[in-house]
Amino acid sequence: MIGAKIHRREDPKLVTGHGTYVDDIQQTGMVYMSVVRSAQAHAKIKSIDITEASKSPGVVAIYAARDFKGVINGGLPVTESLIADKKYVPNQFPIAETEVVYFGEPVAVVLADERYQASDAAEKVQVDYDPLPVVVDFEKAMQKGSQKSHSDGPDNIAWDVEFPGGDIEAAFKEADVVVKERIIQQRVFPLSMEPRTVIANFVPFTNQLTMWSSTQVPHFVRIFMCFGLGVPESQIRVIAPDVGGGFGSKLRPYPEEYLAAAASKLSGRPVKWVEGRTENLQATTHGRGHIFDIEVAAKKDGTLLGLKVTNLSDNGAYVGVFGALQSALALLLAPGCYKWKAVHGRTVGILTNKMSTDPYRGAGRPEAAHLVERAVDLAAHELKMDPADVRLKNFPAENEFPFTNALGMVYDSGAYAKTLEKAKSLVGYDELRKRQAELRKKGRYMGIGWSTYVEICGVGPSAATAHVSGNLSLVESSVVRVHPTGSVTVAVGTHSHGQGHETTFAQIVADTLGVPYEVVEVHHGDTGDTPFGYGTYGSRSLAVGGVSIYKSCQKVVDKAKKIAAHALEAAEEDVVFDQGRFHVKGSPDKAKTMGEIAFAAHLPGLPEGMEAGLEAVTYFDPPNFTWPFGAHVCVTEVDPETGAVEIQKYVAVDDCGNVINPMIVDGQVHGGVAQGIGQALFEEVQYAEDTGQLKTGTLLDYSIPGIGEIPSMDLDRTVTPSPTNDLGVKGVGEAGTIAASAAVINSIVDALSPFGIKHVDMPASPDRLWKQIQEARK
Amino acid sequence: MKHKVSTTVNGRRHEHEVEPRLLLVHYLRDNLGLTGTHIGCDTSQCGACTILVDGKAVKSCTMFAVQAEGKSLTTIEGMAKDGQLHPIQQAFWDEHGLQCGYCTPGFIMAAAYLLEQNPNPTEDEIRKGLEGNLCRCTGYVNIVKAVQTAARTMGGAEAKPAERARAGR
Repeated sequence: MIGAKIHRREDPKLVTGHGTYVDDIQQTGMVYMSVVRSAQAHAKIKSIDITEASKSPGVVAIYAARDFKGVINGGLPVTESLIADKKYVPNQFPIAETEVVYFGEPVAVVLADERYQASDAAEKVQVDYDPLPVVVDFEKAMQKGSQKSHSDGPDNIAWDVEFPGGDIEAAFKEADVVVKERIIQQRVFPLSMEPRTVIANFVPFTNQLTMWSSTQVPHFVRIFMCFGLGVPESQIRVIAPDVGGGFGSKLRPYPEEYLAAAASKLSGRPVKWVEGRTENLQATTHGRGHIFDIEVAAKKDGTLLGLKVTNLSDNGAYVGVFGALQSALALLLAPGCYKWKAVHGRTVGILTNKMSTDPYRGAGRPEAAHLVERAVDLAAHELKMDPADVRLKNFPAENEFPFTNALGMVYDSGAYAKTLEKAKSLVGYDELRKRQAELRKKGRYMGIGWSTYVEICGVGPSAATAHVSGNLSLVESSVVRVHPTGSVTVAVGTHSHGQGHETTFAQIVADTLGVPYEVVEVHHGDTGDTPFGYGTYGSRSLAVGGVSIYKSCQKVVDKAKKIAAHALEAAEEDVVFDQGRFHVKGSPDKAKTMGEIAFAAHLPGLPEGMEAGLEAVTYFDPPNFTWPFGAHVCVTEVDPETGAVEIQKYVAVDDCGNVINPMIVDGQVHGGVAQGIGQALFEEVQYAEDTGQLKTGTLLDYSIPGIGEIPSMDLDRTVTPSPTNDLGVKGVGEAGTIAASAAVINSIVDALSPFGIKHVDMPASPDRLWKQIQEARK
Repeated sequence: MKHKVSTTVNGRRHEHEVEPRLLLVHYLRDNLGLTGTHIGCDTSQCGACTILVDGKAVKSCTMFAVQAEGKSLTTIEGMAKDGQLHPIQQAFWDEHGLQCGYCTPGFIMAAAYLLEQNPNPTEDEIRKGLEGNLCRCTGYVNIVKAVQTAARTMGGAEAKPAERARAGR
């Protein structure tokens, strides 16, 4: 089963409309919550008048910060411990009390019997503000004497950390060429198709809270509901049923989860909150939001020497739960898959009056790949070398693994030249270059862009993550239970919201236990029947969670083998386990199946001293991250008269180690690439510089790629197993996004190089390119 | 003030008294319990709420329930018949045309209308026909394939059912 294209068992219910997303669930006596949000980006709250709103039909209650003060303890989990070398990290209470610091911040909540009644009443809540200076430009915000995003803060600096790697000045001294560039990673909306939704049912007197939440991390949410509401974790059940996408935006506890739970406690009613899309754009975390100033030093022959990176991170008003982690990842991976002599990084986290930035598919790695892949192309351009050749010259060879990058990260395994060569032949590189030259003579501008990325998956080994994650050890868990009649239940701490875990995890179990795939049931997303886990993000579910399942299965096999030996009256070391059957060496005909052993495990007559039952638990803490890699090539043509970009071909050769289900892996690459293309060509969150209002506040003003804008793709793979886990897997959930933006932008820059254009910012919209071409033609 | 609305949904007649401002999508979801029709935006861009109204694909967030008076509606729940998936549903499954599944009902309904209008669409026609629907997971690659496969399956004699390795459950 491992490696087989198995059609997803998740799909029949989803294609027939029988999925269960949170808004599909009703509770008896349930009320709807509508959140009154700040219309100001930065202001003092003078008063909140609920007189009119209270008279609105169906209103059950209206609560503001003062009502939640005694019910919600502390703030959101952006504690000081989450950020090494922190400077100013303001505490975030889930609802503003005296000062609002971003447009869309909750200021009150309304509970009403019906959906529309809650919205009606929310509109009647009168909030009187006293405006304060608004901080939008994050580069200006880091200057001394800048206006402050929080009036009581010392300044806007959340952190300022350096990442030194090698003798950077010596590396630059050796250089024949030095190239500088500013790479902007614009803010984008993660924009899962299902907005966030919560139902909280706090049962009075018994103090039990059941919460349904559209989240990637049900166990994580439970912990913070426990801290926030002072309810023992054992009395809280968090259920993330079918979740309509997350892309990193649903991997933290949110204000509305606290508010719904507290409102349920205050009102004694189950409370449902459904985020509208407009609300989602204001109040669900944004992705990216960085500036990277880079300097590249190289030798004449194409040898890459040194890379200096200064990262400015636009945190928004509150540091994202994983905000600092993203900048750290962006810098630690900035060396990419190249043998730099030295790399120096610095990151400054900056507070502004905007929504928080937090992970969005890739979380730091797309930023890293984009900057280093641009850096290599900039150097190649300066040296008049083919960008593919510069890459090949600077890759570590296969026998140099494990390879330690200039900042000390240890890459497990890699065959970088192999993916590049494969992509070269798939795209027909040499022919394309010839064609490009011919087209240029005719005044047509075709470009070929490379992105040979390496990324970091399997987040994460406690030894590496503890110091950047508030002393968390990001283990993942599984319980594998073989029932008396031989069917198997697997309960996991990860959560699937499109990744197809119910299928792939069952494939792993079926193979490892030697039982039919059909009898394996995978449970996830309900803290009531799954072991504690950190959830799904960072391409970790297979490389950490999946390996945990494999290990649990091995423990089950070990016990089953003892029972089999007893039943077969043989010594354990003489018993062979082969495809679900135990037999004594040399007598394969007289075998016991896993099903028979499972039955025996629940009956008398077990080996002396052995407990009944056949199940195992594993909490897996991996020894290292995993390091997938690949080579993407994008072919574009730019129309110089309109600035329009046409993607003519997209080739992706990825290596995510061993593959459990190739169909699902391809699907992950498709979707990832589409999001990378979205950022490269279309997407950008915009706030008004003067007021901090969200200008891209609906899907009318912000476009994600539609079906006409994403090309078909040519995918291929190489397989370089990870040596650090039993399955040899690496992870693939984010690879496409990590690779794609650089491939697209490098392609556009290549297309426009005859104009002397060396760099293009994202999104490379027609108007931006047209202006740049006009400028270049002067 | 409430208005009476009577509709036929997936072949079954319904009568309700509703507020005139009630959106058709909320009527389907909250009054009829047909939660397969999803809501992904509030400006009629995403198409997650697409259903058939008298056979025509309509974003059900763009209609009031009262405007559906006397009309025949088909939602995603009405597509599978006698325990058999509709060929478009089968094709989305076979071609891995969905991941999180949230946009999927809308795509299937929009595809149903497209194939009804044009049983043998080119890739460009598929992309044009489905431009009112957004998906954030699949990059659309396998959605296009699914519609091509469905067109073949629904086309009759020359159609070959898609190879299914192991459907599992």
